[in-house]
Amino acid sequence: MKYIDEFRDGDVARKLAAAIASEVNPARRYRFMEFCGGHTHAISRYGIADLLPDNVRMIHGPGCPVCVLPIGRVDQAIALALAHGVIVCAYGDCLRVPASGGLSLLKAKARGGDIRMIYSCADAVALARQNPDKQVVFFAIGFETTTPPTAVAIKQAAALGLSNFSVLCCHVLTPPAIASIMEGADEQLQLDGFVGPAHVSTIIGSRPYEPFATRYRKPVVIAGFEPLDVLQAIRMLIRQANEGRAEVENEFSRAVDRDGNRKAQALMDEVFELRESFEWRGLGTLPYSARRLRAEFAGFDAEHRFALAYRPVADHKGCDCGEILRGIKRPQDCKLFGTVCTPENPIGSCMVSSEGACAAHYTYGRHKNA
Amino acid sequence: MPESRKNYLRPLDLKHGRVDMAHGAGGRAMAQLIDELFARHLGNEWLAQGDDGAVLPAPGAGRLVMATDSHVVSPLFFPGGDIGCLAVHGTINDVAVMGAQPLWLSAAFILEEGYPLADLARIVASMATAARQAGVPVVTGDTKVVERGKGDGVFITTTGVGVVPPGRELSGSRVQPGDAILVSGTLGDHGMAIMAGRESLGFESPIVSDTAALHGLIADLLASGADIHALRDPTRGGLATTLNEIARQSGVGMMLQEKALPISPPVAAACEFLGLDPLYVANEGKLVAICAQNDAEKLLTAMRSHPLGRRAAVIGSVHDDPQQFVQMATAFGGKRIVDWLTGDQLPRIC
Amino acid sequence: MCLAIPAQVIELRDGDNAVVDLAGVRKEISLSLVDDVAVGDYVIVHVGYALNKLDPEEAAKTLALFAEIGQLGGEPTS
Repeated sequence: MKYIDEFRDGDVARKLAAAIASEVNPARRYRFMEFCGGHTHAISRYGIADLLPDNVRMIHGPGCPVCVLPIGRVDQAIALALAHGVIVCAYGDCLRVPASGGLSLLKAKARGGDIRMIYSCADAVALARQNPDKQVVFFAIGFETTTPPTAVAIKQAAALGLSNFSVLCCHVLTPPAIASIMEGADEQLQLDGFVGPAHVSTIIGSRPYEPFATRYRKPVVIAGFEPLDVLQAIRMLIRQANEGRAEVENEFSRAVDRDGNRKAQALMDEVFELRESFEWRGLGTLPYSARRLRAEFAGFDAEHRFALAYRPVADHKGCDCGEILRGIKRPQDCKLFGTVCTPENPIGSCMVSSEGACAAHYTYGRHKNA
Repeated sequence: MPESRKNYLRPLDLKHGRVDMAHGAGGRAMAQLIDELFARHLGNEWLAQGDDGAVLPAPGAGRLVMATDSHVVSPLFFPGGDIGCLAVHGTINDVAVMGAQPLWLSAAFILEEGYPLADLARIVASMATAARQAGVPVVTGDTKVVERGKGDGVFITTTGVGVVPPGRELSGSRVQPGDAILVSGTLGDHGMAIMAGRESLGFESPIVSDTAALHGLIADLLASGADIHALRDPTRGGLATTLNEIARQSGVGMMLQEKALPISPPVAAACEFLGLDPLYVANEGKLVAICAQNDAEKLLTAMRSHPLGRRAAVIGSVHDDPQQFVQMATAFGGKRIVDWLTGDQLPRIC
Repeated sequence: MCLAIPAQVIELRDGDNAVVDLAGVRKEISLSLVDDVAVGDYVIVHVGYALNKLDPEEAAKTLALFAEIGQLGGEPTS
């Protein structure tokens, strides 16, 4: 597969790993956070940590939209299916997130809720057209990679005059989440740099990360999705750390530039506006960090149409998802990890999503616990 | 007035007719369905007898092996096969991996009211062809009909019986540290053929199910003289699930080499699109064989000499591990574990 | 974040749609988020939409950089 296989080449990986080993300063530690869940998954799946020197540690960040989705939002989606008899369309990732009352979307389906897994939000629009006598709601989660497609779907629904289609909008933004990490008074964190998200950056460009580099004096390297990209980005971060630089660099130059995708950005701005505040799992309530539909499109807002209230729900007492999402704790530090909380029986969202730090570690890396 | 013909039974309308409740009621309609559709295709001396049970000769030496499988695949027709031949192949394979020669099959159908007879005829014809080519007849069967909405068109349960010669012990619990792990060909073909065939996902692909009866290949492997400890067909849950099961049964660990896994490019691509891992995708015409280390080459040669094993490969080895992890050295150079499947593999967005 | 893969556009269809090909697997996707896409271009596909075009020159540069690293050597990882 072109542009995929070349970036997974094991021989090049070995050489990159050797280059990294020769460039690290043995007298110090390097702690880098990979923000994006896709990178967390890649690091675990390819065993990248095995190729890094012992003094380089990757810390998993909160860039996993399923992981930061608060229980209260999943409750809303479940209520739509069970209490309002709506067809709820969701991406596969959300189906097993544990919500209130021992339910998840998958469990609600077993109880008779009409919940459909879709690959694309365009499928939700198609479903609405095929079922004119039923209400169809698309449970829209995701960062800026997934938001423009939702905007297109809403405009499409508007053009078709669909009266039975609406969106439960839980789209969130990347820069506020990064700010919250950098801002946080988490002294245990001590980050030396960030690996910036790959596909979010194709949309928003590299510019939004510049304030973080200058203000917090931390290097940011945007990395492509493949394991060689991640290794190379780590090498670039090590160099910056060694040289005392704090810049935004772009390893994923084949798909990211400074401006990003203007067309996609314009579409997002046309359909969505920013919520004044939004609760994130693990990060608390953040200002201007999530989207809702603009007034002109309010007819497609499921929260309005079904008068859904938002009720915050606290995490399970023993669940350390919050601290794990902020990078302060590792999955194996959580008392519930691997015992009560497993992918089969997830307590917190970090274990549900395959991008989540806990799921990734459990599924690919827990042999290293021993 | 014309004389009504004696014993005239209007033939089944196989072109436009549909299954209805009468077909499962045990009366004339059901007898007609069995006659004109099932027996017509599956016909053999046992079914022709028309008794409630088939009387079969007891085996001489050796022990009986029995296996059963229910088939609820959707869609019923997919690239490379259908529920009918799948039902035959699957159960033949379950018997054969025990080292037994499959002898007879039973087939029980649960039909949904309204299912087109034309499609049912295609399924049964396909079953018959598969059984004939495999040399394993369907000697007894059953048909039930459930109301519209209570079934998914057709469900089929097949049970198979075979005989394993004395002294042959193949079991997932016999695997030892040092053993070699082989697969008979490319992984993930069946599962991805099904996925890609699902209309809702909108793919077009050349991927075709690998559904096949493996008893011929298995006979060759057993004749090769290699010291085989375990044989299994990695169906639901894929190779990863099968290996984890065996690791637990034998109390060992395993190390796979990702570079050695045979995966066809379209299957790899379809998995990429959907965020699925081919290690967890179902196979219906492949074998996992675990043998003594010294016999790996011999076994590989035997596999590759058979049409169903051309892309066979040695993919890893067994070692001591009290935690019974199945691990993999990635093509990239790192290591990861290949864990049990959690729930259903759901296509990821991120 | 977000699973997206590079695939080649092999056919343009009505209404901003196109067919992409990845190793023989074809899928219809939407080009609503990108402009000026021609047959033969590579795009990054996410949930059925092209997010961006892939720049082949930049890709080549990145790969060349990786190749160089091999030449520079460095001590093997202990």
